[in-house]
Amino acid sequence: MNFWRFLLKMDRRIIFVLVGLAVATPLVVPLNLPVRVTEPVRRLYRAINEIPSNSKPVIISVDYDPSTVPELRPMTLAVLRHCFRRKIPVIVITMLPAGAGLARDAMETVASEFPGSSYGKDFVYMGYKPGASLVMVGIGQDFQGTYPADGFGKPSAELDILKGLHNYDDIAMVLDFTGSSIYESWIMFAYQKYGCKVGAGVTAVMASDAYPYLNTGQLVGLLGGLSGAAEYEQLINWPGNATIGMDAQSVVHILIIVLILLGNIAYFVTRKKHGAAQVAGQGQKGSS
Amino acid sequence: MTGLELFWTWVAAFLTLSIYSFLYKDNVFYKIAEHLVVGVSVGYIFTINWFQGLHPYLFHPLAKSGQEPINLLRLIPFFLGLLFLLRISRKYNWLSRFTIALVMGISCGVSIPYTIEARLIEQTKASMIDFTQQPSIWAGICSAIILVGTIATLVFFFFSKEHKGVLGGTARVGIVFIMVGFGASFGYTVMARVSLLIGRLNFLINDWAKGTYHFIFG
Amino acid sequence: MRRQVPLVICFVAGVLMLAQSFVPPLNWFYTNALAWARIISCIAVFIGLISLVRLHATKVRRRAADWKFSIITLLALLYMMLAGLLTRYGVFVKLHGQCVPGSMGDKIVTGFQNAFNFQDIFLNIQIPVQATMFSLLAFYIASAAFRAFRARTFEATLLLVAATIVMLGRVPVGHYIWGVPQATAWILDVPNTAAKRGIMIGIGLGMTSTALKIMLGIERTYLGIKD
Repeated sequence: MNFWRFLLKMDRRIIFVLVGLAVATPLVVPLNLPVRVTEPVRRLYRAINEIPSNSKPVIISVDYDPSTVPELRPMTLAVLRHCFRRKIPVIVITMLPAGAGLARDAMETVASEFPGSSYGKDFVYMGYKPGASLVMVGIGQDFQGTYPADGFGKPSAELDILKGLHNYDDIAMVLDFTGSSIYESWIMFAYQKYGCKVGAGVTAVMASDAYPYLNTGQLVGLLGGLSGAAEYEQLINWPGNATIGMDAQSVVHILIIVLILLGNIAYFVTRKKHGAAQVAGQGQKGSS
Repeated sequence: MTGLELFWTWVAAFLTLSIYSFLYKDNVFYKIAEHLVVGVSVGYIFTINWFQGLHPYLFHPLAKSGQEPINLLRLIPFFLGLLFLLRISRKYNWLSRFTIALVMGISCGVSIPYTIEARLIEQTKASMIDFTQQPSIWAGICSAIILVGTIATLVFFFFSKEHKGVLGGTARVGIVFIMVGFGASFGYTVMARVSLLIGRLNFLINDWAKGTYHFIFG
Repeated sequence: MRRQVPLVICFVAGVLMLAQSFVPPLNWFYTNALAWARIISCIAVFIGLISLVRLHATKVRRRAADWKFSIITLLALLYMMLAGLLTRYGVFVKLHGQCVPGSMGDKIVTGFQNAFNFQDIFLNIQIPVQATMFSLLAFYIASAAFRAFRARTFEATLLLVAATIVMLGRVPVGHYIWGVPQATAWILDVPNTAAKRGIMIGIGLGMTSTALKIMLGIERTYLGIKD
């Protein structure tokens, strides 16, 4: 069996080991490759920078479940850190029941890094509410009617951050972090119906689908996958897990491209040989 | 890291490795982790739904219906919700149709105007712009390419007429755009999957292995 | 009764919800319908719970394949439900060193206490397992790319080239290769936007027509009614 045939018939577990090593090695021995910021990420950063401090709050909707945590948590933390640093009040919500613990965890992680911030005044956790699009429309109708209490059960009327907050008119921006199409519902209801700015951080799988919304301005900015998170960490100068992961991401992408190239070369070389052998076989048949 | 934190880190690491053991072959550790998480996640969702959904929207308003009798109206959706549960009954599942029909009607009615606005009008408007008024010639050319690509993609998905002649040619252009778009999606999908793996290996190396080392050796 | 009434309900609810966008006096219906739908959504969660219990209880009762693992599922479910319910009644939550009590009716209800390790279990069992399960796909996607991603036709070659450029352009190493960052940005901003916009408009048309068909009773499969 020649080299190319061996490659095509190679046990897939060899590829698994290669992928594992390609990820693990840069995590142990970092390459520190520089992260460069792309325009969609910069647009979101600028939009948040334009929000005046200590004024209207932003809604941060943590609409992901554990399956996409490694991608979406770093960007949620990065944006939360930016808001906390700029003293922009933050309302954390989630449209998924499994997102409840993640939303609270992200909020508490960042809140603990800013000891001066106080719950109920600078940030609040409103928890999960069922029926995503119904909640989005409900916020436009009556925020406190939709959220009668925070995620800990404290009545909304007792929270300083919610005083005088009626609907989207009193909200600076909605920032949605999601691995599903919930961000499109935010665009439909928060932006189209009520005119509230919407920014999104989505999994890489969905990032390319969101570009038309970026092009129309329906999204003020977009973070796509771990690289989007790493770029935002770069902008706020607060490297986190996304920045750490980008070296490994580079190495694995190179490995996969090499695998695709090798797979194609092996395919065409063996096909050519196979084709030639078939022609030769037919020739022999014809002559006999 | 406290002892308790270390314990939970080890639990998470054991379960992570149990799932990865599936790469070699299906085994008992994988099955334990898989079945455990199904129970945990449904129990978690139940609790969150109970306290952050049913409580504020149903139990609390009903408890206050003495002062605000209008809250008693919430018994209607509660009853409709109970009808919905009959979906799992063979004999009475037809009763759930009333609830499903109401929810579908509401959802359809709400979504139509905003779907038209967000997906159709805004996207069409963004394609039909004056190419000569762009910041540069290149930007104008790109806008024109987007318009051509959008129309060609739509034509490709138009199956009411055979793809021949002009229609066939346009559909052929459409497939070029679609393939490039899907290629971009594939590239991003690879990135997404790898990111998840990085997250888990980062946990195993930096939280579990290094955390344990620091806990033991200081 | 079984067929016509649900269709009438769907039509009336749909038309009223549609009309409220243009007729402000119908706002009362809109507000109430949203509140009702939210309550129904909460109760709908019980369907999943009941189905899961039924499935695994049946497996245990019949001693079906892997029935022992079903016991783990049922025990985990029971523990999480009890832990959640028990910890949330009559307990205060400590957040930021300050007490954040909340009152609901007669009882004190709080959100996310960690008694019975409710939150710990979520963070250290549910998150690692689900995240790891999805990360397995990284291995399979690499293997599939090697085995199946072939430049057999012009279209497949286009897909392959675009994917390769985007894969390189979205990671730091791509910035060392001349033209790759610009090519990636262009692919995403221009041909990708065009294709996705075309698909988006198509889906928008499909969604609108399906919604209308449902409201008008032409599409009824969602009710389990076969024509």
